[in-house]
Amino acid sequence: MSLDPLPLCLLFSSALFCLGLIGALARSNTILVLLGIELMLNAANLNFIAFWRYGPATSPATGVMFVMFSIAVAAAEAAVGLALIIAVYRHQKNIRLQEANRLKG
Amino acid sequence: MTAALVLIAVFTLATAAVALSLRNLIHSALLLIASWFGIAAFYLWAGAEFVAFAQVLVYVGAVSMVVLFAVLLTRRSRADTVIAPDSVARAISAVITGVAVFGVLVAAILKSSLGRLSPAGVPALPGGTSVSPVIFAPTATVREIGIQLMSTHAAALLIIGILLTVALLGAVVLAAQDGSESKQESP
Repeated sequence: MSLDPLPLCLLFSSALFCLGLIGALARSNTILVLLGIELMLNAANLNFIAFWRYGPATSPATGVMFVMFSIAVAAAEAAVGLALIIAVYRHQKNIRLQEANRLKG
Repeated sequence: MTAALVLIAVFTLATAAVALSLRNLIHSALLLIASWFGIAAFYLWAGAEFVAFAQVLVYVGAVSMVVLFAVLLTRRSRADTVIAPDSVARAISAVITGVAVFGVLVAAILKSSLGRLSPAGVPALPGGTSVSPVIFAPTATVREIGIQLMSTHAAALLIIGILLTVALLGAVVLAAQDGSESKQESP
């Protein structure tokens, strides 16, 4: 088992990704599913920073730029997702995923 | 150095795991704020200070507030933030899926040669044209980030501005009350 920083960072971020995946798959509350997806996005950002810091040489601020744009997109996604949740709640007074099956054939 | 990383990782993973397994939504949201703080600490540890402060501003400041408002707007009564338990079969299959994905990822990370081409002083690029001393610890000062945002990434910055504007306007349109319908129903 190597103790280099880069594999440790990658292990950390993959563990966070899998936690978010488990949360998004296991919970039936829409807000918690959205939070799991946010955690998966954060894990991807961790990878960007880890490769920027310890990977092969790039131009100086590449990883930082990537993560900033990624954070902006994640913020937009969270706003739209929570607005969708509020709209769904207004229609059926419930935000459980199993009840949002009106399109089911 | 490594011990700090392990501490940050354990803190972040523990708070995230507890947050995603609790049944009280408010407690989940507050624990996830702690988890996002842990991620910001990781960015500080890795030397990306500006990203760490952006993470604190965007996630701890903004996204957490939006999540808390969504929790409070979608409850039916005052005490309705505790949700019913989820089905055990789904939880078990989700854990199996997650552990399988984690196993694949860990095997890939441990088998790869990523750690060996880490910049331990030796230029890793063949040719070695643009390998400079920054390879050891790349730094991104705020001044440098600003210059790059305004020159190299100016188009991306404009596009992200338009995306944020459109997304936030769309969120307002989605979440706003449908005024015309309620007016027609009331008389």
